[in-house]
Amino acid sequence: MKHLLSINDLSREEAIAILDTASQLETLTQGNMKKLPTLRGYTVVNLFFEDSTRTRLSFDAAAKRLSADVTNFATKGSSVSKGESLKDTAQTLQAMGADAMVIRHSASGAAVRLAESGWVDAHIINAGDGTHEHPTQALLDAFTIRKHLVDQERDFHGVRVAIVGDITHSRVARSNILLLKKLGAKVTVIAPPTLIPVGIEAWGVDYSYDFDRELEEFDVVMMLRVQLERMNEAYFPNGREYSRAYGLDDLRLNRLKKSAIVMHPGPMNRGLEISASSADSIRSVVLEQVTNGVLVRMAVLYRLLGGPELLNTGGSL
Amino acid sequence: MSSIILRSVSLVSEQIVDLLITDGRITAIGRDLPSAEIEINCEGLLLLPGFVDLHTHLREPGKENAETVLTGSQSAVRGGFTAISAMANTFPVADTAGVVEQVWRLGKSAGLCDVYPIGAVSEGLEGNKLAEIGAMADSIANVRIFSDDGKCVSDPLLMRRALEYVKRFGGVIAQHAQDPRLTINAQMNEGSTASELGLTGWPAVAEESIIARDILLANTVSSRLHICHVSTKGSVEILRWAKSQGMNVTAEVTPHHLILTEELAKSYDPIFKVNPPLRTQEDVIALREALADGIIDVVATDHAPHPQEDKDCEWSAAAFGMVGLETAFSILVTTMIETGLMGWDRMIEVLSTAPAKIAGYSDQGQSIEVGAFANLVIVDPKAEWVVDREMMASKSRNTPFHGMSLRGEVVHTIYRGAVVLQDRKLTGAVHG
Repeated sequence: MKHLLSINDLSREEAIAILDTASQLETLTQGNMKKLPTLRGYTVVNLFFEDSTRTRLSFDAAAKRLSADVTNFATKGSSVSKGESLKDTAQTLQAMGADAMVIRHSASGAAVRLAESGWVDAHIINAGDGTHEHPTQALLDAFTIRKHLVDQERDFHGVRVAIVGDITHSRVARSNILLLKKLGAKVTVIAPPTLIPVGIEAWGVDYSYDFDRELEEFDVVMMLRVQLERMNEAYFPNGREYSRAYGLDDLRLNRLKKSAIVMHPGPMNRGLEISASSADSIRSVVLEQVTNGVLVRMAVLYRLLGGPELLNTGGSL
Repeated sequence: MSSIILRSVSLVSEQIVDLLITDGRITAIGRDLPSAEIEINCEGLLLLPGFVDLHTHLREPGKENAETVLTGSQSAVRGGFTAISAMANTFPVADTAGVVEQVWRLGKSAGLCDVYPIGAVSEGLEGNKLAEIGAMADSIANVRIFSDDGKCVSDPLLMRRALEYVKRFGGVIAQHAQDPRLTINAQMNEGSTASELGLTGWPAVAEESIIARDILLANTVSSRLHICHVSTKGSVEILRWAKSQGMNVTAEVTPHHLILTEELAKSYDPIFKVNPPLRTQEDVIALREALADGIIDVVATDHAPHPQEDKDCEWSAAAFGMVGLETAFSILVTTMIETGLMGWDRMIEVLSTAPAKIAGYSDQGQSIEVGAFANLVIVDPKAEWVVDREMMASKSRNTPFHGMSLRGEVVHTIYRGAVVLQDRKLTGAVHG
């Protein structure tokens, strides 16, 4: 595997191998050795064309814990508005030496374009492209779900996941749907009709306009961030109405299965899609997701750059 | 002017004849005509009236790095066109007599084909205020088609007034049917593919609702409406209804909408980014059938050249559009003739006589008979060739057909009696 652009790039086995690698890295770094020498001499470039402090810091930490050198390039807004093209920016950083490029961009397909246009020869990791995909988020979410709900047998079969919120504009939802389906979980997306993607029937997931209908059945409730500017585009009337119908409030929290977990990719709008007590409840794994994000991104970098065989990963990449 | 003999050329009637051209007109058709100054052996080749394009972006003035009137004319001639219609979305916009006359003169001085400027409907294509339509109509460019193409005349009142206004001189409004509110930041056909790719959808209804509205408006004011680049099955159904009611509407389809589908967007390669967007296979089939049975009247290229940097980027940052003059005929042979959907008589209609009639280009689209203007194209209907963007006469390279194998090839083009393309090569000859 040369790049990680979409969950579609991964076979089921490859996806599980990444999760396994992340587990092994977790074990390894729990001891005295917080930092592994694995990627010493490699350079990872974080190419962030869109504001995302969390994801950038997570990739930054992941690369540094593997002893890679990290170069950060961050710019607000599109490169085009600054007069420099994606191609020129990427080639400039390649010329400084980059073994892997982690790209976050507001344009769907930007990572695919970078990987397939022949502009650069580095490994490309998609850290979120427009409303398309965010594969490492899905991997860290799967890793988190596995830790809580899945036996050592690695089988997601029978796990029911609700993804609630702005599905239409969510790269987190797209990557999660693809990965969870691949792993055998059953996904239901829940949103007002305006925020369910056109043609969802082809996605092989259940969808519902009613959050309350099967609330007790879900093992995982993944809340998505709702952007208030969607109001102005007539997707829903206002935050109050959205929150009443699709927010994880205290009443809904109490109806969840005892073993159910609450997830959120962050940053959260407390009081809108998630109540403060839901966010802080014992079911909430939001901070674990952040911790796991570093491990999963270490695993991805490790497997893509094919560092020296330090771990018995059980997969072949 | 010199005399030319086309020796042993086939007509669509399957007759094989010699054809003499003198002083820009056909002067004899028969067997074993005596020799002339220029002899062109046309054995095995088919003679058609020169093609007429109602929708060509020549980019001059303003974007001469993408195309000029001259290079666009060269591209046209390579594609068998003897008349093209320069769209108004230049810089400055062709919304005054001055700009359309400039384009008209540039066409004359290129001398490779007729270049008829299209005038803007609204000032600056902004959709607020009528452009100087009368002045453009009365100018030396004699403009008869008006279009804000690239943008839709979305205000129904302005559209109504424009339709009424052009009645004075028998003009026609060519509408780019795209409701702007339904297509904010739209990138590709709305549907499950767009949803998967995370690209903002461009719903069919954004086109269909404008077509339906404008057909009713044109009918209300008894004027003439032409619909640019129809791209959906639903649009075809609306046109079918309008024509069944005897309403005065004509429509065009582009070659690329007859062959390419939205699936190509999965590459995120903006070479496939076009307005209106590529649709589904179901739409492609409906468009082919509509073209064959006359619901769609003509093929127009929507030739849209762009410099490399406008396509060498991420999808959403890229420009919309594809070049099309040099592949139009072959796409039609491949999609419509080889499939048996239509015959050569219909080919002549959709590429020559019907567009000439819609636009009022009286020197074009004439029957092949003695006395007619010698605007002719000679094609090899069976040739198979592979599209190579580096070989194109257009200044731009943004063809989605690069590497594709197509049937039917333009071999010679004759414009007003001048052999401007011979053996697939530009001769350097010009008219006038």
